[in-house]
Amino acid sequence: MSTNDPYAGERLKLSPFYPRASVLNIREAWSAWNGYKFAEYYYDAEYEYFCVRNQCATYDICPMQKYLVKGRDAEAMLNRMVTRDITKLKLNRVTYVVWCTDEGRLVDDGTIFKLASDEFMLTCGSSCIAWLRMSTYGFDEVNVFDVTDDIAALSFQGPTSCAVLKEMGLEGIEQAKPFDILRFPFHGDTLMVSRTGFTGDLGYELWISPGLALELWDELYSAGEDYGIQPFGEAATNMARLEAGFIMPDMEFNEALKTVHFEHDQTPFELNLGWLVDFSKPHFNGRRALLEEKKRGPKYTLTRLDIEGNKPAEGSYLYGDRNCKKKEIGYVTSAMWSPAVKANIALAMIRTDCLQGEIWAEIYYEKELRHYQKVARCTVKDKPFWSPPRARATPPPDY
Amino acid sequence: MTGKTHDAIIVGGGHNGLTTAAYLAKAGLDVVVVEKNPHVGGAAVSLELHEGWVYSNCSYVCSMMRQSIHRDLDLTRHGLILVPYLGTVNFGDDGQTLIDYPSEEAAHLELKRHSPHDADSMHRFQADLARYAQFIRKTLLRTPPDPTSMRPRDIRELLFLGKQMWSLGEREMYEYVRFFTISAADFLEDYFENDLIKAAMASPGIIGTALGVYSPGSAYILLHHVMGDVDGNIGAWGLARGGMGAISEALASAAREHGAEIRTTSGVQQILVKDGEACGVVLENGDELNAGIVVSNLDAKRTFTRVMDRNDLPPGIYEKAKNFKIRGSSGKVNIALDGMPQFTGVPDNRYVNRGGQGFTGSLKTMERAYDAWKHGRWSPDPFVESVIPSAWDPTVAPPGKHWMSNFVQYCPPTLAEGPWTPEERDAFGQAVVDKIERYSPGFKDLIVHMEVRTPHDLEQEVGLTEGNIFQGELTIDQLLFNRPFPGYAQYRMPVKNLYMCGSSTHPGGGVSSACGANAAREILMDLKKPNTVPEDDFYDE
Repeated sequence: MSTNDPYAGERLKLSPFYPRASVLNIREAWSAWNGYKFAEYYYDAEYEYFCVRNQCATYDICPMQKYLVKGRDAEAMLNRMVTRDITKLKLNRVTYVVWCTDEGRLVDDGTIFKLASDEFMLTCGSSCIAWLRMSTYGFDEVNVFDVTDDIAALSFQGPTSCAVLKEMGLEGIEQAKPFDILRFPFHGDTLMVSRTGFTGDLGYELWISPGLALELWDELYSAGEDYGIQPFGEAATNMARLEAGFIMPDMEFNEALKTVHFEHDQTPFELNLGWLVDFSKPHFNGRRALLEEKKRGPKYTLTRLDIEGNKPAEGSYLYGDRNCKKKEIGYVTSAMWSPAVKANIALAMIRTDCLQGEIWAEIYYEKELRHYQKVARCTVKDKPFWSPPRARATPPPDY
Repeated sequence: MTGKTHDAIIVGGGHNGLTTAAYLAKAGLDVVVVEKNPHVGGAAVSLELHEGWVYSNCSYVCSMMRQSIHRDLDLTRHGLILVPYLGTVNFGDDGQTLIDYPSEEAAHLELKRHSPHDADSMHRFQADLARYAQFIRKTLLRTPPDPTSMRPRDIRELLFLGKQMWSLGEREMYEYVRFFTISAADFLEDYFENDLIKAAMASPGIIGTALGVYSPGSAYILLHHVMGDVDGNIGAWGLARGGMGAISEALASAAREHGAEIRTTSGVQQILVKDGEACGVVLENGDELNAGIVVSNLDAKRTFTRVMDRNDLPPGIYEKAKNFKIRGSSGKVNIALDGMPQFTGVPDNRYVNRGGQGFTGSLKTMERAYDAWKHGRWSPDPFVESVIPSAWDPTVAPPGKHWMSNFVQYCPPTLAEGPWTPEERDAFGQAVVDKIERYSPGFKDLIVHMEVRTPHDLEQEVGLTEGNIFQGELTIDQLLFNRPFPGYAQYRMPVKNLYMCGSSTHPGGGVSSACGANAAREILMDLKKPNTVPEDDFYDE
């Protein structure tokens, strides 16, 4: 970027993968994430979604926030911060976590990588250095480093992803179990690969120093050429994660520290993430409030819905009766037509005491500038909409 | 002879037969499907004919599959994923190319490159087609009314049709009637001036049909091919992951889950009729199966002239079946390739080079090809519609290798000189390869294996009379309440307890599952069982 660019201060940062990704962003469909220029989609959102479900595709996760938490007290500090028991996390394993305020409201969700007995990497969607620093109070030997710009990361997802990594020469990658971390020598440096992702399918995340980002991209795309490799953006990610039933900030939850209105944030129980809260471990942030909520039961519960018809119930209110006359019982947080499952799916916050009764969505949609309304019956689904066996199989199939 | 009497026997395990089986079994009936081939699927199959390559060796793309059935039978859980493909290129006689880009802007600019007039006119063309398609699509999962009947249900269904028709508006109603009888070329004349654009738009009007682009009635065939959708993208086509057999396998799996029994390698020799009622079948191996009802998934001609005793039929039916218009006109060449072919005049990029190819030529070339068919020959310059499924589906060819599906219009069921011979078949295949080579120099060197299928082969292997892919032509005399015969369009056949569920019935050919589902609904109604067949689901409602 030229220094005499008068708009330099307002321009977005470019990911280390940008030189390659921008060539393939034929539609110039950019948005932003954490200050980075970020692809909404590259060629066609639905096509990219199908690459994730049918072949393989990469998602640039450089803008995702990455923190190293180091020192003798690192484990204890993280264990005090998040709701899950981190002491159970083995070396070279990854785990999904949430962390809460004292009131038990969700600050954010993310993943913790155990890189050494005294070294952890925490990744999350939004910046959280202030919360991390605050969480170190009382712990003597722990340091937190923001390494977001020091690591280039590419999420590589889809049924042919393992075959491509094998083709790329990552020997033994097929032995990686879900949430395993492996390391491979790469141009004199180390390529870290975790079997993780945000699509609910077979997939990996690749972690490399930014200086080798383009080498990684080139080798991956060269190996993946015959396996349908394609970059995907935010639009396809949002489709895949909704099918997998994963939550998104600003969709399913409003980060507690950014919430103005009383209880417009959420608790893990409301988000159906009670399984992440471990009361058997020592004290952690929000424990008392969450224990109370567990006894009382959450006011709302995030629920997977299968909705009749094909009109996505985006932003719909939910009612317990077909006429939508009685008080509303909840609202849809994310909704879409699922091309793979062939169902009209949604995640919705529904009053827990209304979950057993009928659920009806009032859906608005547009047709040639005219607005229409319909009421559709909703069925509660216990399992994720998309959860293929290959996502859990070790070794995974080649396609 | 076994003592057991089934509730229903389905003769033929094509995708419609399997659909009927699934819905009857879902209603609790004891259903057995008997299929002559060692695999189910009829013309929707995936076969490994060369090690490592899996061909959809008959039907090859999918757009009409009723989403409501996919969803209702949970076919995704049974292994079915439909993947839309993008970026078809049409090749003109003069070396011109017309690329159908997925982005609206790019597609418009590409049309404009050929004709600014046509680029503009395309909007009106697509709106008109969408309007016509909307009407016909609403009839797909409904039983056609009998226009001569006074039964409340027929009157209700007639009123439904009338209401749909009326909603088009007065001028459009006239247009619509005209549309049913006009030729594709004449219809397109109203919109376009550029010959390659006209040829590209006309090509769906001849696929699978013994009509030329200038033959009256071909406009409707065009509509039949563009009225489908994939996830609401009207006119889009999809590939079944794993090949078209994945559709049949998923339907079979759903049928089995509901309790249906499926017997392969069990061809039917005869449908048994006793005291004027269908009561079972005799298999080719001599076994006899008994059932309360018999449902034929075979085409109308084969059902009434091949597997039924003429004496079991009411007067006139045999003749109707014999004269049922089911002329074979299509061939198929399936080619395993050592690498991705490159096409002249097409940018070598990851999207466009990998979609479909329409070796369209021009209206004139297509008509010449039809002329050859009329004279019992294949054309040395045929219309070929191709797609390379392996570019999209990692399961059908080894990495870096490909297979190309080439659908050929036209190919006669018998040659003027006599029946097909292996030598003639190879020569036909060579004509197709020669045509592709013209647009892709070096193509021949990539060929690893090739399967050539004439209408004769389709009849022998799949059982489609004359190799007609629609189980009977889709002309107005054989559509809606005329399909297969006037008076028998509601899936009940002239013999009591005999039904039909294949593409010879409304709404006709294509992998839609609609014929099979409609038949199941009628059967359940006759048996006074609760209906298990869902209503259709529309994007444009």
